[in-house]
Amino acid sequence: MSVLTLDGVSKRYGQGDSALLALDRVSLTVEQGEFVCLLGASGCGKSTLLSLVAGLDAISGGVLDIGGRRVSLMFQEAALFPWLSVSGNVELPLRLAGMGRAERRKRSEELLEIVRLRDFADKRPHELSGGMRQRVALARALAQEADILLMDEPFGALDAMTRDILHDELERIWREQSLTVLFVTHNVREAVRLGDRVILLSSRPGRVIEDFPVTSPRPRRIDSPEVANQAAEITDKLRAEVARHAH
Amino acid sequence: MPTDLIPTQRDTTAGLDALELAPATRRTDLGRRIWRSAWPKLLAIALAILIWELVVLSGWKETFVLPAPATVFSDLGDLVTTADFWAGVRLTMTRAVTGFALAVLIGTLIGAAVATVPPLRAAIGSLITGLQTMPSIMWFPLAILLFQLGEKAILFVVVIGAAPSVANGLISGIDYVPRTWLRVGQVLGMKGFAKYRHLILPASLPSFVSGLKQGWAFSWRSLMAGELLVIVPGAVSIGVRMQNSRDLFESSLVISYIIVVLVIGILIDLLFNAADNALRKRWGLTGS
Repeated sequence: MSVLTLDGVSKRYGQGDSALLALDRVSLTVEQGEFVCLLGASGCGKSTLLSLVAGLDAISGGVLDIGGRRVSLMFQEAALFPWLSVSGNVELPLRLAGMGRAERRKRSEELLEIVRLRDFADKRPHELSGGMRQRVALARALAQEADILLMDEPFGALDAMTRDILHDELERIWREQSLTVLFVTHNVREAVRLGDRVILLSSRPGRVIEDFPVTSPRPRRIDSPEVANQAAEITDKLRAEVARHAH
Repeated sequence: MPTDLIPTQRDTTAGLDALELAPATRRTDLGRRIWRSAWPKLLAIALAILIWELVVLSGWKETFVLPAPATVFSDLGDLVTTADFWAGVRLTMTRAVTGFALAVLIGTLIGAAVATVPPLRAAIGSLITGLQTMPSIMWFPLAILLFQLGEKAILFVVVIGAAPSVANGLISGIDYVPRTWLRVGQVLGMKGFAKYRHLILPASLPSFVSGLKQGWAFSWRSLMAGELLVIVPGAVSIGVRMQNSRDLFESSLVISYIIVVLVIGILIDLLFNAADNALRKRWGLTGS
């Protein structure tokens, strides 16, 4: 069952001659429980696409259908609120949804257990490392009970070791919680490491170039030969696309 | 491959968390920290007194006009042991706190209104900054005409001196809420009142606190000017006592009152700084 369908979706910024076409007739579908990675160089409108799906911005053309499902969005920055503790941040969506204090407390403990940060519930965000903050942000996103989790380069600012571990954790949580994930990145290996499919986008404007199914079995390792081989294949396509802009 | 050599995912994650957290910094003991921040101040005070003493010794002015530090401190010592003096301090502080509280209330309401209603901002946004730069002593002639020589005249000037700073603090706090936080608010579906309650107001707190601090400084200055200009019969405030000392040509007492006002100003400033530091520490804004 598809939970997200884009059919010829375009996005233009501005009017007339100075208008910038960010996305050009992008079509894709995401199935229930699928992990889809969107890959592209700068200017491919990856983040724009997520904003459209999240409903933060309006499409200029085409059809975007999420069937009334709820979406949640994670950014490169954890963007936790410093005036709240770790559990306070996780509880915020629950509080906005009108959940009672005791129930909220219980739910946030469960969520922090999922991201393995239960012992840090009473810390302040600045007391945590970057990777831990991203896990709190993930717990906060999970608290929204969204059907589709959108992730905009969530590990882009982390070091390789932390990113590697967070890949494992995200894969585990995705499997355990039966999430549907649309994950944006410009890191080819990361896309192949995580995705059931990798969708390659062109730049300026963003168009779907190719849709690569990733068949190597999970759990994968980012340094496994299968991942490396497929990443090399996709990188060639990506390079060709980037080179096109030299002229 | 022996499986016991491969750590579990849980252990790897927990291990990395432990490594990435900064080890707890050892706190230097309180006495040493107080001394470290106190000695430059003490030295500065000692230097100021020394220069004062040298000026007196040079014979530039008669000692009944410019008394020596020892005379002033001895008079000040006598002064602070009288109940009468503390009654004056209490009167002045009551005025200051009342005026400041009213200024905070009015400033916050105006600031919130201006920051959220665009036409209102266009109408009076720059007026608020204009008011802030206006010397408060300029208001006294009008205040005296409006309210006669009474408490209300002083209160009026204190409030009009401090409220713009409070309003501006809140306005800039609201204006400069980081974009990523606003995006999170959007993603979490915050709207209307909930957005203010859970995002805008807490996010603007640091700027609001600096507005309060500046507002206090303005209200304190306005109050001192007011107490020298507006003599309310029967109310023997610090300002009135200072005027009386001048009328009686008691330079030593005039200087004593200057020191009293200075010390009160410094103490209140320390309170605001403590609040500001506590907030910064809680938010992790300190450059550690």
